[in-house]
Amino acid sequence: MSNYSVPSNLRFSETHEWVEDLGNNKYRIGISDFAAQHVGDITYVELPEINEDVDNESVVCNIETVKSSEDINNQISGTVVTINEMLSENPEIVGADCYGDGWLYEVQSDSDEDFKALMSADEYDKFLDEQDDE
Amino acid sequence: MRYLPITDSERKEMLEKIGVKSVDDLFSPLPKSVLLKKELNIPSSMSEPELEKMMDELGKENCGANMLSFLGGGCYRHFCPALVDQMISRSEFYTSYTPYQPEVSQGTLQAIFEFQTMIANLFQMDVANASMYDGATAAAEAVLMAHKIQTKRRKVLIASTINPQYLETIRTYTSFVVDTIELLEMDPATGCVAESELAKIDSDTICVLFQYPNYFGMIENLKKISALTHEAGALLIPVVTEATALGVIATPGSIDADIAVGDGQALGIPMNFGGPGVGLFTCKEKHVRKMPGRLIGETVDRNGNRCFVLTLSAREQHIKREKATSNICSNQGLMATAASIYLATMGKQGLRDVALMNLKRADYLKKKIASETACRIAFNGCNYNEFTILAPMDACELLKAFGEKGILGGIAAKKYFPELDNAVIVNTTEVHTYGELDRFVDALKEIAGGAK
Repeated sequence: MSNYSVPSNLRFSETHEWVEDLGNNKYRIGISDFAAQHVGDITYVELPEINEDVDNESVVCNIETVKSSEDINNQISGTVVTINEMLSENPEIVGADCYGDGWLYEVQSDSDEDFKALMSADEYDKFLDEQDDE
Repeated sequence: MRYLPITDSERKEMLEKIGVKSVDDLFSPLPKSVLLKKELNIPSSMSEPELEKMMDELGKENCGANMLSFLGGGCYRHFCPALVDQMISRSEFYTSYTPYQPEVSQGTLQAIFEFQTMIANLFQMDVANASMYDGATAAAEAVLMAHKIQTKRRKVLIASTINPQYLETIRTYTSFVVDTIELLEMDPATGCVAESELAKIDSDTICVLFQYPNYFGMIENLKKISALTHEAGALLIPVVTEATALGVIATPGSIDADIAVGDGQALGIPMNFGGPGVGLFTCKEKHVRKMPGRLIGETVDRNGNRCFVLTLSAREQHIKREKATSNICSNQGLMATAASIYLATMGKQGLRDVALMNLKRADYLKKKIASETACRIAFNGCNYNEFTILAPMDACELLKAFGEKGILGGIAAKKYFPELDNAVIVNTTEVHTYGELDRFVDALKEIAGGAK
């Protein structure tokens, strides 16, 4: 068990993004507890635009702190349908509640392939265990 | 930095300490074949009086300093109140520059914050940064910023009537980044962008960059360019190379500019043989996170006192690296301070008064040239303190003849616009007396002939 919160209903990427299946190939994306703890005090979140076509290799979101700028790797190919409007006034929610109110955006995909390709919660937890020595 | 020369006895002491006989011995590891075997062919040192005299003589070759000048084209001779030099010569302003440690930099941070405020007011834009190197690079950075904002578009449109050196700089900066740069060609009757050219603005246009007053002194069709640019969803980027013009002409904010840039040299900074100037960079608040350069922000310390810091640093290249809009991590601190002092000294009314003086002189000169000499005014339309005349002879010959009369008559347009081989761009400012304007006209009459 790693020292980080890893909700079992989510799937994860190696770059610490989580994805939640909302049904009908619609997915919600955010950053994991590990990422939230390492990124520090968030001052701004740059989100993609609604209706923007995104693919699973691209960077469409960026999290800024006073001293850094972190690219968030999109995990699901499709079209952005919703973004978390709360973050424009309160970007710090991403750090405070990364799995709840701190979600980033939602993508409508046409398949579940990208989702399936991600790690399960258990696999991610193990992955973090190996990471933690760094 | 202090200069600490070494005396012979100190040199001897140092050599003894390290066990070396002479300075030449320090070079013994070098192969003899590469050593220079003779003395350098340079004169020996001079005494201070001899050196002063030599520099004096050299200085006299700068005849331009004593000639009556009508040069403009991006660098303007305005009156610099003694107050500007007096204030910036204070060591607190003269030497302070990099404000990375706000605890010990509040003075310079406040000065530059006030500069930002004044420039934002002058341009009527939401945000101004702490300054760029000069107007040319500010224009280039504006295009790079627009490119970063309009990620789905590929074409940059630039008026061919902007300062040609600005255009070269823009091309240099954007050469590996921007897909296409297209020029909006000039209407030979107006000296401004031809209206038909505006049809080039389309849904693939990133931005439309133009200058007003332009290289020929003319004021472009601001309303039309603004409307067509915004209709196409492109960004409007006006460039103001003569900042005092904003004392009387519509501001970039009033024409809904998205990014507005320029040079502040005209604001109390001497011509200085072409530099340093100070780049002005402003934008709409919604674009501020893509803006290059330093940005000073106002905040409170933990005791609730008002103070200033560098802010939104995550834009900059030391954090965003190759994803930053720009690699600039500097500003023209001293010149920005000088410009602020000038603006504070003149005030809104003073700046307007200066601008009106410029307009009046240009108007007077234009009318006299048109009515009394064989030269024509090249373009119909409005200008500020600069305008273009057409001579009945080659422009360079005209200027050479002016030079023999102790007058720098203006700029030959043909250097960058070869088809305009008899055009001269003439500038006049509040430093000219009407007597000096008459002197220009009289000289022009002699050289080019009187009115028919």
